Amino acid sequence: MAGPCVPPRLALGHGWFIHHIMLCGDNAVADNLAVDDITLERVESRLTHALAGFKLRDGLFHVLTLAAAWAVLILLGGVIASLVVGSVPAIKAFGVNFLTTESWNPVTEKFGAMAPVYGTIVTSLIAMAIAVPSALGIAIFLTELCPFALRKPIGIAIELLAGIPSIIYGIWGLFVLAPFLQEHVQPELIAAFANVPVLSKLFAGPPYGIGVLTAGIILAVMVLPIVTSISRDVFETVPAVLKEAAYAVGCTTWEVIRSVVIPYTRVGLIGGVMLGLGRALGETMAVTFVIGNAHRISPSLLAPGTTISATIANEFTEAVGDLYTSALILLGLILFVITFIILAISRYMLMRLHRQEGR
Amino acid sequence: MTFSFLRTSFAAAAISLLTGHAAGAVDISGAGATFPFPIYAKWADAYKKETGNGLNYQSIGSGGGIKQIKAKTVTFGATDMPLEAAELAASGLVQFPTVIGGDVPVVNLNGIKPGELVLDGPALAKIFLGEITSWDDPAIKKLNPKAKLPSQAIVVVHRSDGSGTTFIWTNYLSKVSDDWKTKVGASTAVEWPTGIGAKGNEGVANNVTQTKGAIGYLEYAYVKQNNMTYVDLINKAGKAVAPSAESFQAAAASADWANAPGFYQILTDEPGPKSWPVSGATFILIPKVPGDPAAAAEALKFFSWAYEKGGAMAEDLAYVPLPQTLVALIKKNWAAEIKGADGKPLVN
Repeated sequence: MAGPCVPPRLALGHGWFIHHIMLCGDNAVADNLAVDDITLERVESRLTHALAGFKLRDGLFHVLTLAAAWAVLILLGGVIASLVVGSVPAIKAFGVNFLTTESWNPVTEKFGAMAPVYGTIVTSLIAMAIAVPSALGIAIFLTELCPFALRKPIGIAIELLAGIPSIIYGIWGLFVLAPFLQEHVQPELIAAFANVPVLSKLFAGPPYGIGVLTAGIILAVMVLPIVTSISRDVFETVPAVLKEAAYAVGCTTWEVIRSVVIPYTRVGLIGGVMLGLGRALGETMAVTFVIGNAHRISPSLLAPGTTISATIANEFTEAVGDLYTSALILLGLILFVITFIILAISRYMLMRLHRQEGR
Repeated sequence: MTFSFLRTSFAAAAISLLTGHAAGAVDISGAGATFPFPIYAKWADAYKKETGNGLNYQSIGSGGGIKQIKAKTVTFGATDMPLEAAELAASGLVQFPTVIGGDVPVVNLNGIKPGELVLDGPALAKIFLGEITSWDDPAIKKLNPKAKLPSQAIVVVHRSDGSGTTFIWTNYLSKVSDDWKTKVGASTAVEWPTGIGAKGNEGVANNVTQTKGAIGYLEYAYVKQNNMTYVDLINKAGKAVAPSAESFQAAAASADWANAPGFYQILTDEPGPKSWPVSGATFILIPKVPGDPAAAAEALKFFSWAYEKGGAMAEDLAYVPLPQTLVALIKKNWAAEIKGADGKPLVN
């Protein structure tokens, strides 16, 4: 059927499909086609016309999407440029010392980023230490052990966690979690580790309820869904044949997960963890509520601290004076650089995972 | 039926549009301090009902307000921390107060009811410096011989966000303690030697309520509305006073406004037996030669109206209206300083 309705002169590369539709749209037309040269020419000119239209629209679409892509890049460049320009006064005034100074004194205009940078990194590490093992546990359960009927509900519940606005986590942390920790957990921690050399320093001081540890716990809840859903997705990329082979030679579930699933997905897992870390580093509102907002570096995890984003959120509106504002913008730039590095690493890891899959 | 309804409502809309123009409605825009936002909003609402003229006030913070008015993107700026006369002159701005408020220390101690504890400036400064760390410290006991004070650690709670409330508080501590003045100083945000920071009045209130042995400071309005356990203070005259509209007004009345260029007065540690020692006014900034004289004149009309009729509304929200003598001074100042492009005063 297709054969006779494609005259040789019209079978022109990828335009063929269109000719085919136009010519074969009506069987009667198709049957009568083999003949008339004039008719053929007329059809051909109409086709060229139509093709030019398609070309124009294709070109327009190309330009539009290209513009959209460039807009993102320009926006990003604009953000970086304005951060750099805004932080010039602070860079001039403090230089590298900005990173190594703990003092943050708006009265004398002596600013240093060490306390917020320290707080940002420590809260994020606490969050990852809690969230990563639980997330991996959930993902393994969901992909390897969970009955099919339960997979959907648990998966949806995890994703709903990701949809809760961070201010809600903050309020919950301040009104529910912090008082609970203050009354039931922190006094026990302080008493339990009072005579242990290093841990007594880590869990020292009055139980305020809020502080670095509380902020870390809230962050852990917030990054859990990201790490879980990425881990679940990469676990599903493990070819069934690998797992079946392992089971066939008598491996237990634990051995399959440890020796097949995790090694196979290692790179993707690291990418997922990095994405979670990126969120933990930048999280603002929830942390501001529960960290205690003190510009001090304390060895105790129960003591109040601060993070970069919490400092900016707290102080930007009422920052009077150019140097003060500039120091806050410089903090923003530092956070931008830290987050950029983390995201770059995670992208690189994910890229390598895709390459492995291709093999 | 529907059609005629539509037609009438359309006609009504057209008329209101027309009359709006006929009355010469000018958009007044203001930006700045968050502390007076509730009362400005309430005044604006009542003013709109009475005159048809609207006011758009954005509470973006004092720092933002100062920046915006210097860039002249708004009709007026608002700040809790007054600018000094030199800075006003340099940026060509006029400054005047609108309402008075104040800070009140609040505590969470078993068995202590509102007003039962008395503190003085030096003791407060030592507590906030972290030098007095327990509630049964001799310095506190001496001021409160009858109170049963526990041997409990003091937890200092301060604002984590920059705020006019903090400015007034640290300004007071600087006046009563040399140590505070040299080690910490006064600003909308300072390097706190001790304690935990909480966001906003509600954050401080919540942390004080939750933590046994805590002490913090709050805006008076917040203390009044939430029945917090406030502390009485000993003022400059050596008298113990409770925070109230009367004691704030006493502080405002005792200040020498006539000799303060730009009304630069921070009402802390004021003399007078009834003065609350941690009071402060909130201020408006307006250019001496406004870019849009019509809008500036409209803004001054609004504040003039607020001084005259807004007192009761301010009291409803636990702000303290200005004394009449001060209002007269402010109006005199407007006539002398704020001028149109032609050099004539905008208001008389």
